[in-house]
Amino acid sequence: MEKFGFAQSTKFDTYASRLLPREEYFTPGHRACQGCGEALAVRWVCKAIGRDAIIAHATGCMEIVSSAIPQTSWMHPWIHVAFENTAAVAAGIDAALKVLERKGKLPGRRPAVVAMGGDGGTSDIGLQALSGALERGHNFTYVCWDNEAYMNTGIQRSSSTPFGAMTTTSPPGKKSLGQSRWKKDMVAIAVAHGIPYVATASPAYLFDLYFKIRKAVETPGPAYVHVLSVCPTGWRSATELSVRLARLATETGVFPLFEVENGRHRLTVEIPKLRPVKDYLKPQGRFRHLREPEVDFIQKQTLANYDLLLRKCQSPFPEFAPITLPEAGS
Amino acid sequence: MAVKASRVGMEVSIAVSIAVQLARAEAIAAYPITPQTHIVEHLSSLVANGELDAEFITVESEHSAMSCSVGSAAAGARTYTATSSQGLALMHEILFIASAMRLPIVMTVANRALSGPLSIWNDHGDIMAERDIGWIQYFVENGQEAFDHSIMAFKVAEDHRVLLPTIVNLDGFILSHVVEAQEILDQETVDRFLPPLVPYHRLDPDKPVTMGAFAMPELYTEFKLAHEMALTRSFEVIEAVWQEWGDLTGRRYRPVERYRTDGARVLLLIMGSLGEVAEVAVDELRAEGLPVGLLKLRLWRPFPFAALREAMAGADLLIVCDRAVSLGGAAPPVLAEVRSALFPLATRPQVLGYLVGLGGRDVQPGAFKDVVRHAQSESQKGPSQEFYWAGARG
Repeated sequence: MEKFGFAQSTKFDTYASRLLPREEYFTPGHRACQGCGEALAVRWVCKAIGRDAIIAHATGCMEIVSSAIPQTSWMHPWIHVAFENTAAVAAGIDAALKVLERKGKLPGRRPAVVAMGGDGGTSDIGLQALSGALERGHNFTYVCWDNEAYMNTGIQRSSSTPFGAMTTTSPPGKKSLGQSRWKKDMVAIAVAHGIPYVATASPAYLFDLYFKIRKAVETPGPAYVHVLSVCPTGWRSATELSVRLARLATETGVFPLFEVENGRHRLTVEIPKLRPVKDYLKPQGRFRHLREPEVDFIQKQTLANYDLLLRKCQSPFPEFAPITLPEAGS
Repeated sequence: MAVKASRVGMEVSIAVSIAVQLARAEAIAAYPITPQTHIVEHLSSLVANGELDAEFITVESEHSAMSCSVGSAAAGARTYTATSSQGLALMHEILFIASAMRLPIVMTVANRALSGPLSIWNDHGDIMAERDIGWIQYFVENGQEAFDHSIMAFKVAEDHRVLLPTIVNLDGFILSHVVEAQEILDQETVDRFLPPLVPYHRLDPDKPVTMGAFAMPELYTEFKLAHEMALTRSFEVIEAVWQEWGDLTGRRYRPVERYRTDGARVLLLIMGSLGEVAEVAVDELRAEGLPVGLLKLRLWRPFPFAALREAMAGADLLIVCDRAVSLGGAAPPVLAEVRSALFPLATRPQVLGYLVGLGGRDVQPGAFKDVVRHAQSESQKGPSQEFYWAGARG
């Protein structure tokens, strides 16, 4: 990681907030809900991306709250096209920059290309376009804002909604526990494409998030960063608890922070002793209906997944054999 | 101006891809679908051989082909793609967005029937489902027209008075796969005609813009009106570019082409490659003494109201041949538009409509002659139907 100019350590005593950029690229005045963990994440991700970047954004909460004509919160060149195609739009931007640079039509540095979308736009409706863009090896970073449901349309379940959560299309009832399936593992799907950089990040761990985004943007080829985005409106949680909940997600092992560089897993935030998942579930109204057996199940499944992740981090074997493709005409 | 051009026999798809090469397209995102494939295969090989300096993006669907094209056009690259049928239908959602964002993408549609039942053969069902996407839309009749319009389309689309994406429609297989003699212009001539793209806006960190923002009810209508005005006003630029091309090559195009319309009391109206078949029918009917003429609608969007009304003058009977259905509707698409365009006129011909050549069904000159005779008899006794299914069993 030295080549990026960052220390590898996750001990925060070497960092100071004054070292982080003061420039604002996602400006105030947008219409996000009070306590929106996603808006916080967007602001810091944009700082980490830096000035020289082009952003393609999927339809969703962040697009709607930030881009009502004639206003915009985005200081970056920014484009929104539709819900399911953001990775394809980013692919087009990347292709254009490549050919324009080759032809000498691009004054200055080639900007970074960043695609952004929610969990629905990423793991459901946008999965095909994302998979295509990752496979084709475009030089871009995809950032998924995971607030764990279709919040913009009124809290409907997605494949990223956690087990047991109440949403408007996974309501608990006599014959329902709420969301009936375990959350889709988007990170593993991204890793399975054999891309050079994949990571999870959280607005509760800003330095970790900041450096992961820097790394993703500076990595040649595709990178994928999955950001937990606490949603007080959809999670039925107190607005002042957003950062706390994001931290609890990591401290309980529900949302571990790690990166997968060239197929090798590494835990970036180590939790010496995991807290029980109920500490995370309890402040959220979406889990209020769960009884002890379901909470026990979530606890067991979370530990099993966490254990598996630790094993991957300790494994001497990468997830895939890194490929350096030969180039034509060289 | 001296024009260097060589007259060669080649497949129309190849000629189209050479036109795109001569236009120096920079970003080409395409997904294979019959019968568009030969166009993008050849472009792919031109890029692979270093004969065209472009990025060829082998996207995973047509939806992504159009999305990718929006991205590359927004970033300032000259952008081209091609598709057909189901592929065009899959692009549907993004076609409206590309034009609303005023991105000068050029696309060839090798027209093919829509499923179901599945059919890979030619009709206009695919494009007629995309009438209202806000793109400029041409129909071409032969390889030369396809070649010419594939270059002119960029010039019109990129004009800062226009800034609209453009579709060149050519009939799948019947035209796309046929080998014809064509005049291929040289690079120098095309470069003189078509200067490099100057984007009106592009995604640039030095001058950031927000593209694709959303409109509240107070603004949505005005955006649509502005788009309509841009599309309507593009007509002047289209005319000017046709004029310039005519001066350059001697081939002058018009929104409504006429064939033997002098003194014609009965007019056939058709779009696309069947125009040449209809010419044979008109010749034969004229030889029989029938005052028949032929109109070919070249410009579908913006719809050429004035040119059509003018071309119609003097005729008693207008027979519109459609190549797409509008199930359960008042009329097939072209018939509906033509009737609507003529309705306000004090004197207008009777307008009858026929569906021909659906899903690749062969249309010979005899079929047009049958249509004309049938229409004349219906016209005399009063139409028995809203429109007619020519040659359909059942």
